[in-house]
Amino acid sequence: MTILIKNGVVIDPSQKLEKKLDVLLKDGKIAAVGAGASSANADRVIDAAGKYVTPGLIDIHVHFREPGDEEEETVASGAAAAVAGGFTTVCCMPNTKPTLDNEAQIEFILRESQRVGLANVYPTGAITKGREGKELAEIGQMHERGAVGFTDDGVGVGDASVMRKALQYANMFDTVLMQHCEEPTLSKGAMHAGLVSNTLGMPAVPAEAEQLMIARDLLLNRTINCRYHVQHISTAWSVELIRRGKRDGQRVTAEVAPHHLLLTDESCRTFDTNFKMNPPLRTAADVAACIEGVKDGTIDLLATDHAPHLAEEKELEFQFAPNGIIGLECALALYIKALIEPGHIGWMKLIDMMTAKQAEIVKLKKGTLAVGADADVTIIDPNLKWKIDKEAFVSRSRNCPFHGWDVTGRAVTTIVNGEVKWQLPG
Amino acid sequence: MSEPTEPRWTRKHLLGLEELSADEIKIVLDTALSFKEVSTRSVKKVPALRGRVMVNAFFEDSTRTRTSFALAAQRLSADILDFSEKTSSTSKGETLIDTARNIEAMGVDIIVLRHKAAGSAHLLARSVKCSVVNAGDGSHEHPTQGLLDLYTIRERFGKIEGLKVAIVGDIANSRVARSNIWALTKFGAKVFLVGPPTLLSKSFESLGAKVVHNFDSIVGDMDVINMLRVQFERIQSSQFPSVREFTRMYGLTWDRFQRCKKDVFIMHPGPMNRGIEIQSDIADGPQSGILTQVTNGLAVRMAVLYLVSQVGGQS
Repeated sequence: MTILIKNGVVIDPSQKLEKKLDVLLKDGKIAAVGAGASSANADRVIDAAGKYVTPGLIDIHVHFREPGDEEEETVASGAAAAVAGGFTTVCCMPNTKPTLDNEAQIEFILRESQRVGLANVYPTGAITKGREGKELAEIGQMHERGAVGFTDDGVGVGDASVMRKALQYANMFDTVLMQHCEEPTLSKGAMHAGLVSNTLGMPAVPAEAEQLMIARDLLLNRTINCRYHVQHISTAWSVELIRRGKRDGQRVTAEVAPHHLLLTDESCRTFDTNFKMNPPLRTAADVAACIEGVKDGTIDLLATDHAPHLAEEKELEFQFAPNGIIGLECALALYIKALIEPGHIGWMKLIDMMTAKQAEIVKLKKGTLAVGADADVTIIDPNLKWKIDKEAFVSRSRNCPFHGWDVTGRAVTTIVNGEVKWQLPG
Repeated sequence: MSEPTEPRWTRKHLLGLEELSADEIKIVLDTALSFKEVSTRSVKKVPALRGRVMVNAFFEDSTRTRTSFALAAQRLSADILDFSEKTSSTSKGETLIDTARNIEAMGVDIIVLRHKAAGSAHLLARSVKCSVVNAGDGSHEHPTQGLLDLYTIRERFGKIEGLKVAIVGDIANSRVARSNIWALTKFGAKVFLVGPPTLLSKSFESLGAKVVHNFDSIVGDMDVINMLRVQFERIQSSQFPSVREFTRMYGLTWDRFQRCKKDVFIMHPGPMNRGIEIQSDIADGPQSGILTQVTNGLAVRMAVLYLVSQVGGQS
């Protein structure tokens, strides 16, 4: 099977390419880019005139709820949502029921991903058994089986001695520890502690909860130097701490989610639980600092933290409702709105942060259109105007605060391993 | 020339005082004034809400607010349903919305809700067709308490504007404080919030109040001192070290009372911890408006039930 993508502008940060070039896919690999591609005969030709042809988008932070909460999302429905959003590879978090904390669970996700055959779904394993923060999970066996990183996401590893051992142990495999940074003794709250929470009388989490754990981990890791990744960064001082860590030569990376670049805690005033997430929405100053962190490279990648929940779960009192929103199907457009439209960064950097940078952290040979690489390709119409409609989502869940937003730019074709897995209808 | 139009009450729900204008609050107070007279009659009842049904939906302990609403509804000739449940809703049990819709399906006109979660009344108002009156949502608002406090101050001084009002104690966790701040500042009172920084963050100043940690520094200037109830569980969460220390720093002691203005007006939303936040003889003394607050609460709640039902009942 060969596919020829003609007339598109290739944006491939891994090769510093931004040029009108044809791309030929053959037997699941990138066979040729440029002149060699144009002359080839192909089984299928896709005209990408006026569109960008990029390495398949990657998101190393999604929640697919399987096993345990299949009514919210499954590997199958999540992978379908991923390709509908232009993502060819995603890494799912281990906070399932039961936890992905042993090799059988890791194997289950990999097999399910294969069986479904949409996006590539790679599992991350828990750092501690049951994500309880007490005993290390079998990181070695999970790593061997294919876990691409380790995290107790949903909670941070609160015990400093456990975290220290995790850093020491994981470093042996040169895998990455991804931390949900939130000091547990400061975490009893439903939103950001500030003016708005004060007005609403809502129990709240101070920004320091996130900052403390980042600072602690950077200290713990100073001599160990394990690969350490800060998940869903949300406060100004978190950005500064990571900036300093990088300046000191530490192996630290960080990600941000769309909502932390576009929304503030002001949105919580209506008690709409679609604005409840963890980390919570912060202030305008935090948003500005996160954008600055993206611009200067402190923040390495753009994730979604796709977190499906049932409508009836979200229809609770704000403080009792679960955290999180879904993001896969609108993340690209939201990042364009947050970062490209205001002129903060260009397309090359945006795609880099959504492809090569992600692959690098989880050590996948993906995120590139280099000849011989896996044929994961996303074709993006940068000018397509559309309205985010949660009812049109492929995901099983509908918890999206961006419903009704007018956005520009969308993936129109998603190719995984040389096969078209999704095409924008019409 | 056309007459300026009289401000009218247009709200189906009473969820908080933040969103109310001074004109709207004045409508409630003036309506309460006319209802207060009902309590002085030998037959303490008017037919204003005859045939209407009010449900007291209380998910949290309360004696005075619940009975005050019940009596207010009775005096308006409404039928009353009492619903108390102490368990909070969870994702697996019956949700607040489901409970409310079930109650509403029995043909209810007004739900009076007391619930421990901030915003629960707003959630309910979005989910049911009948009127919702917030009788306290977590630490957020307790609008009828704010209204009755305002009514009581206006009754005592004949005005609100320019008065110096101190609210003392656990401000952070107090819905009474928040509703009072909104009500008082809209009428031009100067509000002083008094408490330790653990129970009173500086950001309250953005609501138009002054934040004070030293009670003694302002006690002599106040026209009104509203003492909040001390919550003993705040000691376990280290928000203050001991009752003794709290009383020493923030209690309305006899010594502090001696330094107050001669005509100072002392208030407390109840229930009181005598000898802790307020000395007994001050609470029972001539400067105290504490029982007047309770009496006025009835009139204010009659006014609120009447007003929302005039809007909500037009289905």
